[in-house]
Amino acid sequence: MAEKILMKGNEAIAISAIRNGVDGYFGYPITPQSEVMETLMKEKPWESTGMVVLQAESETSSINMVYGGASCGKKVMTSSSSPGVSLMCEGISYMAGAELPCVVVDVMRGGPGLGTIQPSQSDYNQIVKGGGHGDYHNIVIAPASAQDMYDFIDWGFELAFKYRNPVVVLADGIIGQMMEKVELHPMKPRRTDEEILQAAPWATTGKAATRARNIITSLSLDADIQEKFNRKLKNKYDIIEQTEVKYSEYMAEDAEYIFVAFGCSSRICEAVVDELRGEGIKAGLLRPVTLYPFPSKEIARLAGQARSMMSVELNLGQMVDDVRLAVAGACPVYFYGRQGGNIFTPEEIVMEFKKANSLE
Amino acid sequence: MSISTEEIRKPENIVYRRPALLTDNVMHYCPGCSHGTVHKILAEVIEDMGIQDKTIGICPVGCSVFAYNYIDIDWQEAAHGRAPALATATKRLCPDKYVFTYQGDGDLASIGTAEIIHACGRGENIVVIFINNGIYGMTGGQMAPTTLIGMKTSTTPYGRDPKLNGFPLVIADMLAHLDGTAYITRQSVHTAPAVRKAKAAIRKAFEYSQKGIGLSFVEIVSTCNSGWKMTPVDANKWMVEHMFEKYPVGDIKDVLAAK
Amino acid sequence: MKEEIIIAGFGGQGVLSMGKILAYSAIMQDMEVTWMPSYGPEMRGGTANVCVILSDKKIGSPIVTKYDTVIALNQQSLDKFEKTVKPGGLLLYDPNGITRTPERTDIEIHKIDAIEVAARLGNSKVYNMAVLGAFLKLRPVVAMENVEKGLAKSIPARYGSLIPVNKAAIEEGMKAVE
Repeated sequence: MAEKILMKGNEAIAISAIRNGVDGYFGYPITPQSEVMETLMKEKPWESTGMVVLQAESETSSINMVYGGASCGKKVMTSSSSPGVSLMCEGISYMAGAELPCVVVDVMRGGPGLGTIQPSQSDYNQIVKGGGHGDYHNIVIAPASAQDMYDFIDWGFELAFKYRNPVVVLADGIIGQMMEKVELHPMKPRRTDEEILQAAPWATTGKAATRARNIITSLSLDADIQEKFNRKLKNKYDIIEQTEVKYSEYMAEDAEYIFVAFGCSSRICEAVVDELRGEGIKAGLLRPVTLYPFPSKEIARLAGQARSMMSVELNLGQMVDDVRLAVAGACPVYFYGRQGGNIFTPEEIVMEFKKANSLE
Repeated sequence: MSISTEEIRKPENIVYRRPALLTDNVMHYCPGCSHGTVHKILAEVIEDMGIQDKTIGICPVGCSVFAYNYIDIDWQEAAHGRAPALATATKRLCPDKYVFTYQGDGDLASIGTAEIIHACGRGENIVVIFINNGIYGMTGGQMAPTTLIGMKTSTTPYGRDPKLNGFPLVIADMLAHLDGTAYITRQSVHTAPAVRKAKAAIRKAFEYSQKGIGLSFVEIVSTCNSGWKMTPVDANKWMVEHMFEKYPVGDIKDVLAAK
Repeated sequence: MKEEIIIAGFGGQGVLSMGKILAYSAIMQDMEVTWMPSYGPEMRGGTANVCVILSDKKIGSPIVTKYDTVIALNQQSLDKFEKTVKPGGLLLYDPNGITRTPERTDIEIHKIDAIEVAARLGNSKVYNMAVLGAFLKLRPVVAMENVEKGLAKSIPARYGSLIPVNKAAIEEGMKAVE
């Protein structure tokens, strides 16, 4: 039986990185995710797996350390929270442009600006729609439990290397700070130099006589070359959209009212669905697990059977735009959200749902 | 007695040749620019040390953004100013590699000051080659942090005025104060003896980077005759007369020599 | 079985670690758990609280507004959370420093003088374990053998020698609850 540990989502990220053969973590302290680096420093993985852990002088520097490590074909990652991730967006754009694999964890807090340190989901637009400059997508995966935090690190690296693309684990302060049971899977060793040459023949591993020099860059200068590259990226994103969509449903099969929520909000909406079902109202939930690619087809399918949908988010209404695009007018789409670090209760959502649907 | 061309080209007659690690790509640098010479001696050092397969270079944003087109090694192209961060991770994850950054004064001394200072502070075992020509070359001759007082650039058209623009940063001397630096030197490449000294300094920096004693920093006081709006010969003369006063050449710190 | 509990008191009373030990004990019994420290303005002024949910099934919302059990360890917590006990639920409080006693009549109300228990055991730090004992006496949601395992998992190895006094406090708390 696998070992089960009580831990915070943030701790799960650190333990998962060590146990899944991550080569390097580069970070900068910021609430509410500082436990990630603190846990790594306490565990001293450089003595066990050889993993490098380094506290950088800024988020700008830590994401560029990730760029350097990823250029060498290593499994490297960072984590931060909203204001820090804003600083990282430059580096993420460069990595998307240089087609570098990496995992970035964003434990979201209330914004804009310095904002609050309480949980929020207000970086949806920033992370899902880009964040940095230029035509690119992050692959975005949204954990809803400490176990997800543990599992999504390995899954994130799998996607990152499969597509040579940055992956963002878009979490929030609740998932980061809450303790839950986490089942530890068997250790995966770090990749050997030979395995890196196999997995990342494009990496700067030192120019061998047998190959041309490897150059990691996002610079074109020539408009035609850049356009060709942008179209190559588009082809990659098309494949990602066709093959990597992941979502989960809760009592959605016969539902007449569909909630759409990700991360901690999806957990809270499960209680909302239970409450409404108890009152004889056929409610259901769709939780996008991947935010990019977005489960648009599944939402469109549910829109065909639904009287209405409601997007429930800890922000002013960001994912709801994508829900509306997917629904394309097939049913009304409502939004309910709380901001600034306030968290909605199931009762509050039930009330807003009834108000929106004139069910009182 | 006349000698045929074939005779002259025999290997035993060769006294000078292009370094094997310089590629066939035509350099985009302006005639008279110092970059070409520094690229050449850098390629020679890597070739002489036999470390082509163990060297990873990090290019900056600036005129030398395309350095990866000219030296036949693996390269990473950094965002503006961030090369020391890339080099930090590369060296820590691949400690057996020789890792160097190649940065201009806009890249290193302006937008990238945090990265270079903290790489020095942490004592990263990397080599930094710093081209200081007192001007932004690639973007068309704007003021750099290293622009001398009174020097005219496109953003200081009446000369750099300390009241308006502040004072030049003497980066190498600043970095020498940091405990994490092992070797700090300032060189130039405007004469044959200077080129030989600069090459020896780069070689020492590469050798130091494998000793685990901290960061090695080679500043090359350089010319930008296009940006300075001078002929190459006049630019060299102006550099000696003005730049060397503020940025004198010679070793500033060498932790091994001091012992 | 599902038990939704909030433990609230002053910072330093061991509220968070009591919640952690309870949660770990439930994991030893193969239950699902969530442990959510409080966020928001109620953290100001030196109060701390943690919501612990124990369940046989996967736990949906970690955020609840009504609790099966409220454990209130100071007046502010009692004032704030008395109204959040579900009808028929449990309110356990420490009577020390309490000037306004609970008023509800539709819930089960008990007192635990955990300061007295901890003083008797000569270790003020086991105050929270006395409270935990009182709770487990009233709501035996986790078997004692699993509580012992949970304690061992929660206390860092270098403090392993403190496990017996913590265990004793739990047992004394069980006896002391009124």
